[in-house]
Amino acid sequence: MQNNTVLSRIFDVCNYVFLLLYGLLCFFPFLYIVSASFADSAEIISRSIFLVPHNPTVAAYEYIISSPVLPRSLLVSIGVTFAGTVISMAVTMSMAYAVSKTYLVGRKIIMGFVTFTLVFSGGMIPTFLVVKMLGLIDHFAALILPVCVNTFNLIVIKNFFQRLPTELEDAARIDGCNDMRIFVNIVLPLSMPVIATFTLMYAVGYWNDYFNSLIYLNNTKKWPLQIMLRQIVMFSQGGIDEASVDEAYVKPPAQSIKMAVIVFGTLPILAVYPFLQKHFAKGVLLGSVKG
Amino acid sequence: MKNRLAGSTHAANRLTVWQRIVRDRWLYVLVLPGVLYYFIFKLMPMFGIIIAFQKYNPYLGFLNSPWVGFKNFNDFFNNPDFMRLLVNTLWISFLSIVFYFPAPIILALLLNEVRVSWYKRSVQTLVYIPHFLSWVIAYSIFYMLLTTDGGLVNLLIEKFGGEKIAFLSDKSWFRPLVIIQSIWKETGWGTIIFLAALASVDVEQYEAAVVDGAGRLRQLWHITLPAIKSTIIILLILRMGSVLNTGFEQIYLMSNSINRSVSQVFDTYVYQVGITQGSFSFATAVNLFKSIIGIILVYSTNFIAKKAGEATIF
Repeated sequence: MQNNTVLSRIFDVCNYVFLLLYGLLCFFPFLYIVSASFADSAEIISRSIFLVPHNPTVAAYEYIISSPVLPRSLLVSIGVTFAGTVISMAVTMSMAYAVSKTYLVGRKIIMGFVTFTLVFSGGMIPTFLVVKMLGLIDHFAALILPVCVNTFNLIVIKNFFQRLPTELEDAARIDGCNDMRIFVNIVLPLSMPVIATFTLMYAVGYWNDYFNSLIYLNNTKKWPLQIMLRQIVMFSQGGIDEASVDEAYVKPPAQSIKMAVIVFGTLPILAVYPFLQKHFAKGVLLGSVKG
Repeated sequence: MKNRLAGSTHAANRLTVWQRIVRDRWLYVLVLPGVLYYFIFKLMPMFGIIIAFQKYNPYLGFLNSPWVGFKNFNDFFNNPDFMRLLVNTLWISFLSIVFYFPAPIILALLLNEVRVSWYKRSVQTLVYIPHFLSWVIAYSIFYMLLTTDGGLVNLLIEKFGGEKIAFLSDKSWFRPLVIIQSIWKETGWGTIIFLAALASVDVEQYEAAVVDGAGRLRQLWHITLPAIKSTIIILLILRMGSVLNTGFEQIYLMSNSINRSVSQVFDTYVYQVGITQGSFSFATAVNLFKSIIGIILVYSTNFIAKKAGEATIF
């Protein structure tokens, strides 16, 4: 199927080069940030492009660790990500299993509404008011409960359960297992790839969340990393920024401190990226096969 | 025990509804937390939309606040903000459909031409990365690269004898930057769905085309593009539905007091008026207007696609 005309060859070469450049473009900015975080400010100013700093220093990281602000929001982020992922997975998996049973009375109503939420929602303000009525403002629960189930994930997992062979479940039922035991002891062990995929998806979602902290947390002491990060990176812009942060006052940081903060926000994602990459494409495609 | 087995083989007709519910009680235990979630955080806010027709008072609540009919909507349409928001939002959507929407399609087609599989996989590995970074991180990286205060891009411009450009505060740079950022962050990820559609094309079709003397362009036109046409149309229908949704986080992060006149869109306006200024009813009305236009657009694009004999989502 290869045509070996000259034009075709030229196109191939250009294509390979372009793809390589584009691929690097996706990664280079981050590489630059990482290396700049180890440079002293003088070096950032004097040498424009560098990938290996001349006088590598961890001063920026020392500053960050010693300031009270960042370790605290790092802890908050880790805590919320962990708790949120566990809760989301528990709720999503068990709901998906129940609605995967076509004979369940009321399933049509539940799934009809779930699908409807994909095209229509109450919107930002009514959701905010509900969270407020529940007294969740300034509680970490507000970062988790309002986004506890992702509808796309739910539908994909439900479709996965529907494709599982039922023989094992039927056999267990003859042995006197109830649905709960079947779900925990038989279905879950069969679903490990799905569990891995969506655990990662939820974890990334919680780690990256900015919106919920912005609208539900007024107390800056409870801020997770993402929102704190923005504050630190934007700080030297002073007047331009809207939300002022007096309680969590950070000493005006140098370029490399900002860079180091960005590294903190990104590192966990890059650490799990190889696992993500193994699973996510499957996850996306499972969903698009049958909605 | 016999009945329980019958349930899973769809022969449950002889049981009454109540017997079936009792039989499946453990499934209801499993579904309960999820149903509670959808009830509290999805259904209740939908009822909460009624405050768009009220003068909402937090002390009186959803049910007792005074009704004002369409006053909030009238106020909004007669507000000078309205035209500005509409223009800003439509501008960003227009640019995004023209430049950002085709980007993953083009990248997927280029990747599809790569025959060396490890090369293709490596490029894919690189281009998916930005999708997993938050908008805050994406914005921060752009900020560090573009700031006039020692940003890499401005250092380069100066090195080559140019003038510093205030990318982040200059109004005219706001829209291009939003589009560039979206392209950088989501293009790679967007290729997945097209690459999957392309992977399902039968290789024999290409072989037959070569035998018939078709060059690569003709193969692209007659085999590759038709294979992803329905995917493109479905995504376009969905995209049309969100013409007024520009996404909140990216725009909010990029906006500041200097570029407000071009950066304020419906989503950030709802936040500003509703959450920060407390005009809950007014903001809900703005949001409802936006949602209804979105639904109308999805259904009409879908209708047109159906008339044209194309793939549809409904």
